[in-house]
Amino acid sequence: MLADDLRGLFYIALKDLKAYYFKPPNISWGILFPFAFILAFAIRNPGDLRALVPGLLALTVLFGTSSMEAIVIVFERRLGSLERLLLAPIRLPALLAGKLLGGMTFGLTVTLVVLAISLAVFGSSGTNGLLLFLALLLSATAFSALGAYVSVAVREVFEAQTLANFIRFPMMFLGGVFVPVESLPTWLQVVARCLPLTYSVEALRAALSGGSWATAALDLGALAGFSVVLFSLAVYTLSRRIE
Amino acid sequence: MTEVIQVEGLTKVFAAAKGQPPLRAVDGTDFTVYEGEVFGFLGPNGAGKTTTIRMLTGLSRPTAGRAQVLGLDLAADLPRIKKHIGVVPEASNLYDELTAFDNLIFVMQLYGVPRRERKARAEELLGRFRLSEKRDAPFAKLSRGMKRALTIAAALAHRPPLVFLDEPTTGLDVMSARSLRQMIAGLRNEGVTVFLTTHYLEEAERLCDRVAVIVKGKIVALDTVAGLRSSAQRKTIVEVTLAGADGQPEKRRLECEDGVESAVQQLLAEAGGRRVLSVDTLRPSLEDVFVQLTGLSAEVMLAEKGGKGLVLSAGEGGGNAGR
Ligand SMILES: Nc1ncnc2c1ncn2[C@@H]1O[C@H](COP(=O)(O)OP(=O)(O)O)[C@@H](O)[C@H]1O
Ligand SMILES: [Mg+2]
Repeated sequence: MLADDLRGLFYIALKDLKAYYFKPPNISWGILFPFAFILAFAIRNPGDLRALVPGLLALTVLFGTSSMEAIVIVFERRLGSLERLLLAPIRLPALLAGKLLGGMTFGLTVTLVVLAISLAVFGSSGTNGLLLFLALLLSATAFSALGAYVSVAVREVFEAQTLANFIRFPMMFLGGVFVPVESLPTWLQVVARCLPLTYSVEALRAALSGGSWATAALDLGALAGFSVVLFSLAVYTLSRRIE
Repeated sequence: MTEVIQVEGLTKVFAAAKGQPPLRAVDGTDFTVYEGEVFGFLGPNGAGKTTTIRMLTGLSRPTAGRAQVLGLDLAADLPRIKKHIGVVPEASNLYDELTAFDNLIFVMQLYGVPRRERKARAEELLGRFRLSEKRDAPFAKLSRGMKRALTIAAALAHRPPLVFLDEPTTGLDVMSARSLRQMIAGLRNEGVTVFLTTHYLEEAERLCDRVAVIVKGKIVALDTVAGLRSSAQRKTIVEVTLAGADGQPEKRRLECEDGVESAVQQLLAEAGGRRVLSVDTLRPSLEDVFVQLTGLSAEVMLAEKGGKGLVLSAGEGGGNAGR
């Protein structure tokens, strides 16, 4: 049965990538969107562009993994094709893990492109490769799980988009992408500490500027925690839909 | 005979809408489906056909009752059951973005069909469902009938011994429906057990070995098509056509409950030596049976010509008018 689950998981991810993710408008959007934001910010606040790289990467992972992820499941449920997966000999967690893997693969692919560009521009000195890898991977897992949860929590595609943006945009301004979390009023800092993006940016900043493992470990742990909680919530919510 | 599906007291209650009592969509049904047969669930819209399929395939949890599918307990062994059944839902639901071929391949990947067999199996199914030309067309671009055919092909891809078909021909044009029915009939020859729902009598009559008539969640009749017909055929109408004096044929009818001999004799005696052109028996059609069972129309339609087997030539008289 585990073999069925793993095989199903893998092919569901592959099918989603083929059917939805790697389509031209989606690819270009995934890359352009974070750049556009950072560019807009950099033009208004010229300064150390390099300091914006962790935020840029975190945003790319966030939007790359969650944009499509947040709508695929609702979309397939509306069309009835989700039933095909529910009828298959795969357990629910494996089905959702397949959806997650699809979103993660796409998000990380886009992020690698952005990463390559940043490294080419700013160089790679002081980068902790392993930490960078873990930070990207766990960010992708957490954001993909967030997308999956949004996708199972709503009934319509537009609701998914609205809900995803409702979560992502505040996160973008509070998560330390543009301004450091420390410079926010205390109560907003508390809010920021409840958002996965905050930990993603922090971990990526540590990875790119030779920060200590000690602080980064906390960030990685938080991202892993968000992944587990959001994924479990998604599995639970989807299972409740089978009445 | 091996039981493929065994259902006891299967019930599904949906929570009430405001001010309404809870809806008993499927209400304590019992039935058994045997290996190799085409078993029909015949009933009007809203009878509980889809709900039954959804419960038997794990998409919906029964409120009460027990079911065994392929010898496995539905509640305990669902993942194993799923591996060996094929399901064609009411709406064709493959992936618009994938080609006909890729859709079949994906389904086989999902069910663990070995890699080396997938391509050949996909080509074979495309051929059999007359879709070879559309091999590389996205599902979205296929006609309704082709989508339906491909959805059925996908349900067969992993060679399940049991297939559920939910209203396979509803909404199709006559030609597509006919060709699909031929394909479904072909499944029986392969030994596949088919559970089919329909609200078309004609379809149940043509395709099914046995039919359960379901109304408001309850099975009101379960028999072979012939059995269903005869069960409601308490009345037979004998009709003789006599040559009239003016050359116009004249029809005379007599109803009888059991055995037509006396009625035939009585009519012939009344004919008083006039030329008898034909003697027919008229029987309630399956449609009449359906109407009677479902109570869909208070007025049970009378007979339709059913006694095609009996046309006596003039002068012979008597004989067995039954079929
Ligand atoms: N998810 C649901 N929630 C509430 N009522 C439902 C649900 N699914 C079906 N029903 C109701 O149950 C009854 C049986 O439906 P269904 O099984 O789809 O009928 P059929 O397939 O025979 O047309 C209908 O009255 C339908 O409205
Ligand atoms: Mg139905």
